[in-house]
Amino acid sequence: MDIHEYQAKELLAKFGVSIAPGGLAYSPEQAVYRAKEIGGSKWVVKAQIHSGARGKAGGIKICSTEDEVLQASADLLGKTLVTHQTGPQGKVVHRLYIEEGTAIKKELYIALVLDRVKQRIAIIASTEGGMEIEEVAEKNPQAIIRTEIEPQVGLTDFQAREIAFSLGLEPTLIAQAVKTLQGAYRSFRELDATMVEINPLVITEDGHIRALDAKMGFDDNAMFRRPHIQELRDKSQEDPRETAASDYGLSYVGLDGDIGCMINGAGLAMASLDMIKHKGGEPANFLDIGGGASPERVAHAFQLVLADAGVRAMLVNIFAGINRCDWIAEGIVQAFKQLEVKVPLVVRLSGTNVEQGQKIINESGLPIITAHTLEEAAEKAVAARNQAVGA
Amino acid sequence: MTVLLNEKTPVIVQGFTGKIGTFHAEEMMEYGTNLVGGVTPGKGGKEHLGKPVFNTVKEAVSEVGAEASIIFVPGAFAADSIMEAADAGIKYCVAITDGIPAQDMMTVKRYMYRYKKEDRMVLTGPNCAGTISPGKAMLGIMPGHIYMQGDVGVVGRSGTLGYEAASQMKTLGIGITTSVGIGGDPINGSSHRDILEHFENDPDTKAVMMIGEIGGPQEAEAAEYFKNHMTKPLVAYIAGLTAPKGRRMGHAGAIVSGAGESAAEKVTLLEEAGVVVAPNPSDLGITMEKVLTAL
Repeated sequence: MDIHEYQAKELLAKFGVSIAPGGLAYSPEQAVYRAKEIGGSKWVVKAQIHSGARGKAGGIKICSTEDEVLQASADLLGKTLVTHQTGPQGKVVHRLYIEEGTAIKKELYIALVLDRVKQRIAIIASTEGGMEIEEVAEKNPQAIIRTEIEPQVGLTDFQAREIAFSLGLEPTLIAQAVKTLQGAYRSFRELDATMVEINPLVITEDGHIRALDAKMGFDDNAMFRRPHIQELRDKSQEDPRETAASDYGLSYVGLDGDIGCMINGAGLAMASLDMIKHKGGEPANFLDIGGGASPERVAHAFQLVLADAGVRAMLVNIFAGINRCDWIAEGIVQAFKQLEVKVPLVVRLSGTNVEQGQKIINESGLPIITAHTLEEAAEKAVAARNQAVGA
Repeated sequence: MTVLLNEKTPVIVQGFTGKIGTFHAEEMMEYGTNLVGGVTPGKGGKEHLGKPVFNTVKEAVSEVGAEASIIFVPGAFAADSIMEAADAGIKYCVAITDGIPAQDMMTVKRYMYRYKKEDRMVLTGPNCAGTISPGKAMLGIMPGHIYMQGDVGVVGRSGTLGYEAASQMKTLGIGITTSVGIGGDPINGSSHRDILEHFENDPDTKAVMMIGEIGGPQEAEAAEYFKNHMTKPLVAYIAGLTAPKGRRMGHAGAIVSGAGESAAEKVTLLEEAGVVVAPNPSDLGITMEKVLTAL
């Protein structure tokens, strides 16, 4: 689960990370009110969407008068911002964060991630603040400092000091940097984060360390014990199909093609998508219906796949272990009738109770195309799609 | 021979009396697994499915000599159950549970390092379909009938894609010594590499199939291990060629978040190490057949 910049900053501030004074606004008038509240003569109006690289997309505006704040806010609210992280459909701005302008002397980068090789939390730091870390890794890999943290001990002060000195900080700033790193680490550990990124972390002209932008992601598996984090979820930033899917316990990822897919198991789902591509088709989605799929769940899955108006054919591939092919087949037949499926449907069933399942499909009298193997299923789905679009 | 599990291995179920534990315990017994009891805290002293129930894993080890355990405990509590098994002297543990917090698994891994390597429990999973030594014993939730006994070792992250591989091989008359699911989570008990080592040391396993996917470093580690230490042929497949970067494809661990984590990069690494990579998921069986014929 991702959250907004302003939410991440509020959380980090509770753990002792220094941030600029700021406030949230839902309207241009409220933005001006926030600017007055903050005071001073320089403000930054920042679009709150779940994406980085907002500056390049025009989502961050620096203002010197209240009129400019009003104008910038009016321009941004309701606007769809497209960044390389949002995909071509972009994300709509519903919230703004108004922040005091910061006089920047130097920009740094710090992030905490789950290191899958070491199976520990790792801190990544770099002097190339403001740049994306992937870009730094490519162009200037020696600028990246990496530190792993022993989970039973936590981040030690000496490790934090080592990072701070490696970043070339003046001795007078070391204590502040240690406090920032410790705060970021504790927030990661105590809130079940999967990622904390402060980019840039800046040194101000007047010698302070401040988190200028912040991003946090959280472990969905741990949200049962972090209700106050779960409350921060903003569904307007999610693909509505993925939101609907997660409400039904399904796992859905929208893709760009036109062959809709419904599969059980993440690995088999990825493999089926690969197979479609191998046969010359393009999958419209990833959809894992999971184990123990009831007819209702199958019906919801069908609804989801077919809600994408671009779908020209649909492939169902089930290898039943805990699932039973006969239950799945009943679900398919019911869904087909209820939803009046118009696109060609290819079904491949395998595993537990496969004969009964195939019998249900065959005796339903519905125009369902059946297949026995994964290859045959993908071939038939691509052929049906080509026929449907007249290619 | 098999790895990790055979028909004699005394097995217990943690989360024995729950609905899921009960269902799969019955299936495992029917398959021939030597199930000797189960653990549900607070229900010790009772009998369930004709087997004794214990309050703690330690009791199960001392009373009925449990050596392996399978965990069906819900995600919020499963990490604790794994550590209990490790502490009680269980030798092999399969965690089926999906949804364990990543930081809990981090703690589990750290906890297990308290034990010397020779005393340390082997953990596979979480978020996996389990392990099966066909014709002998099943410690998992797979449909046992699709597996044929034979001489190929299988290791994979995905349950259903593992079924696909087993069934393609069975169609071609190729059997399996043991099939091990290592699960789809970012931090898991055993890596591909760990399981490859078991197969390399098993005299009855002639060749190995590894089913990987996008995300994480484990396929690259396996390529390295194969190059430097393996004498047996390895066939691999990597799922997720079409997966876009930064999107989580179902499994918590199936996300391309850095260099070397995409399917294409993993395929290149494996091929450079001399691993035979199946070009697509419908060729898993046939690719293994070719490799076995060449032996």
